[in-house]
Amino acid sequence: MNLDPTDRRLIAATQSGLPLTPFPYAEVASWLDLSEEEVLSRLAALRERGIIRRIALAPNHYALGISANGMSVWDVEDTEAIDLGQKVGALDFVTHCYLRPRALPDWPYNLFAMIHGADRGEVEAKRCAIADLLGPASHASDILYSTRILKKTGMRLAQAGD
Amino acid sequence: MSRTPLAQNELDVIDRTILNELQSNFPLTHQPFTEVGRDLGISEQELIDRIRRLRTIKAITRFGPFFDAEAMGGAFCLCAMEVPAERFEEVVTLVNAHPQVAHNYERSHRLNMWFVLACETPDGIRAAADDIEQETGLPVLRFPKLKEFFIGFRVNA
Repeated sequence: MNLDPTDRRLIAATQSGLPLTPFPYAEVASWLDLSEEEVLSRLAALRERGIIRRIALAPNHYALGISANGMSVWDVEDTEAIDLGQKVGALDFVTHCYLRPRALPDWPYNLFAMIHGADRGEVEAKRCAIADLLGPASHASDILYSTRILKKTGMRLAQAGD
Repeated sequence: MSRTPLAQNELDVIDRTILNELQSNFPLTHQPFTEVGRDLGISEQELIDRIRRLRTIKAITRFGPFFDAEAMGGAFCLCAMEVPAERFEEVVTLVNAHPQVAHNYERSHRLNMWFVLACETPDGIRAAADDIEQETGLPVLRFPKLKEFFIGFRVNA
């Protein structure tokens, strides 16, 4: 992974968000003493490389009345896992969907899908919808609700110049 | 992050459309709000004002580029432990003492402790998980991400 110092400054400058002005990239450029063209081309290159996943807004689920969530886990056929993961990930109420290794014999599940809903009943109903979608390709499933936050710290991203 | 739900009438149809449409693909262009506003049928200034208000009322947590921390050189791993009830608080203290533990949740399962390790390198993950096993005498199951599927989250428009 190589980020040059200018990329790092650009990441540090935009990590907490884009300015809400008509020319946001020109504004970022002025902070960093770069041209707008350079900011645009560097951001495009970072997006091309997957370092920027998307430029977007993130809704606050809680404010939008979506206060219940459960981590649903599924044991799906390895050969179909990518295809099924894409389908589950595309559901409206699934925010995070990951393929992870099993830890046999303790843990047979390889597909993790975070389900959001207004309350636990809605989360359970949505879990049934995923079960229908997966059909016989899922051999077993479970759902884990968080009962307590034990620790929560912000993501620590590499600082400019590291 | 605010966990208080907004009043039902706080968001109109345009706000809801903005929330849905701007979860990906904000343009990398000279005047991006004009382009997006045109698609939504509103002016550049109205779009900017509405996003600012959505941020102020905490309907959104962030607006801008989302970076892949792994692509930027970090390593992450979801881990789980089965902690006996009578040792739970002691183990919470031991696990949380590691700065690599970014967040940690108690969950309703035999595997009742789930945390994310965030390190500079994959070796760091291995070392931190091994240390926690050593200190607690309990196995740390490791579930690194193999693939992520992201689409987003929709509000009723």
